[in-house]
Amino acid sequence: MSGRAIQNIFRSPHYGDDVLIQMDAIGVGSLPIVMLIGLFSGLIMGQQLGRTLRTYGAIGEIGYVVSVALIRELGPVLVALLVAGRNASGIASELGSMKVTEQIDAMRALGTDPIQKLVTPRLIATAVTLPLLTVIADFLGLIGGYIIAHFQFAVPLSQYWTPAWQNLAYPDIGEGSIKPFAFAIIIALVGCFYGMRTSGGTEGVGRATTRAVVSSSIWIFITTYFLGKIFVNMR
Amino acid sequence: MSERAILRFEDVSLWFDQETPALDQVSFSMEPGESVIIYGAAGSGKTTLLKTALGLLKPDSGRIYVFEEDVTEFAEARWFELRARMGMLFQEGGLFDSMTIAENVAYPLTNAPAYRGARHDGDGEVEQKVRDILRFVDLEQTLDKFPSELSGGMRRRVGIARAIVTEPPLVLYDSPTAGLDPITAYTIISLILKERDMNNASSLLVTHRFQDGHLVAKFRYNPSSGQIEAAPQNGDRPASTKFLVMNEGRLVFEGSLAELTAAEDPYVKKFAK
Repeated sequence: MSGRAIQNIFRSPHYGDDVLIQMDAIGVGSLPIVMLIGLFSGLIMGQQLGRTLRTYGAIGEIGYVVSVALIRELGPVLVALLVAGRNASGIASELGSMKVTEQIDAMRALGTDPIQKLVTPRLIATAVTLPLLTVIADFLGLIGGYIIAHFQFAVPLSQYWTPAWQNLAYPDIGEGSIKPFAFAIIIALVGCFYGMRTSGGTEGVGRATTRAVVSSSIWIFITTYFLGKIFVNMR
Repeated sequence: MSERAILRFEDVSLWFDQETPALDQVSFSMEPGESVIIYGAAGSGKTTLLKTALGLLKPDSGRIYVFEEDVTEFAEARWFELRARMGMLFQEGGLFDSMTIAENVAYPLTNAPAYRGARHDGDGEVEQKVRDILRFVDLEQTLDKFPSELSGGMRRRVGIARAIVTEPPLVLYDSPTAGLDPITAYTIISLILKERDMNNASSLLVTHRFQDGHLVAKFRYNPSSGQIEAAPQNGDRPASTKFLVMNEGRLVFEGSLAELTAAEDPYVKKFAK
């Protein structure tokens, strides 16, 4: 299924409307909660790291520490887990319901490839929107970190933002960009896989939904570890 | 068996598990314009046979010919093109519950690669076609409704509209009257006769009810009155009708209505009254 879904990106017919609908559901739909989580993760990190850094007299490094932790790891993983909970479950339950009510068979019977019509648009939409959501969450996380650094630890604006930007290396940006893309593929394909394999009526839909969230979350952690290892070796 | 058959099964077998075959060496053929009625108890393999004919299930042995083409080894991609020439009504309608009735009926015209941008190059044309076909099943007023807002009988009628909107020469009906009251069931069979007689389509109909097969074999659609009526004995209507009976994946009877009603086999006799 994964191979066919990726092949279909380059094959006709293209269901552009479905891609836009999914981008709206996955991207725009997840935006408020991603913004909230991004901001609060920055606030929390600023609060916890600020105390420790002040103990060692290194409060001036708070911008650097927050930016590296957020951009390399926390931003992509938090957003991916959030989208997995919200959308892998949504995809699995939607496709699962279609499967148990013969709608997938009906689609095939009406001369449409369900992989092309249902899986490929969700894959494209997640692969486009998740990196964008991650960038937004990272940026709001940095702002959250700055709010704590400035108002709680009296760190000036330039002392926070200058190291936050200047100390970021290309591998950090690469890691922060590739991870969301990989997570997007995992979330979309795992959700579709469990949805398309659903059997056993409404109970089966519930099972497929749970499995999609659990599996995609596990794969996100495994993938982030191995991708992290590759980027650590590059530095 | 005829070489011109629109649909032909040759010793087709299919197993879901190791113990009992879902289809056991099934052989039959269907001529263009012919109606085939398949009776059988629940679990006898009727729906499996329809899904195999449509390529939704692959047989483990035997050969299947559709429109005189051997489709046994067809890859899924080749089936999509072929299925555009076949209509299918699923047992529960198989309607897309997140789409309106108009979108459901328009689906084959707007999504199937065989029709997309080929025959219908403007939205107005598709909309008109959808209106026409919903008028055909007497449901023009339901355009903007969702399937959940319709009764079971209305959903079947929408399912028929969607199955025939592309005017396929072969239409498969999976238990179109199951669970419906006698009046609604009569309406559904009337629509099937109307489709058969107006478009000269071949129909493969799976059912439990003897009345359904009897109506298909003995009645015809009259375009002037808009009703179905008993076909004259020597007229050219109704189209020839063949009856099959299935039991545990095997075809245990093949013949005409007269042969079915005269059958002595205790299992076959249960479907002849």
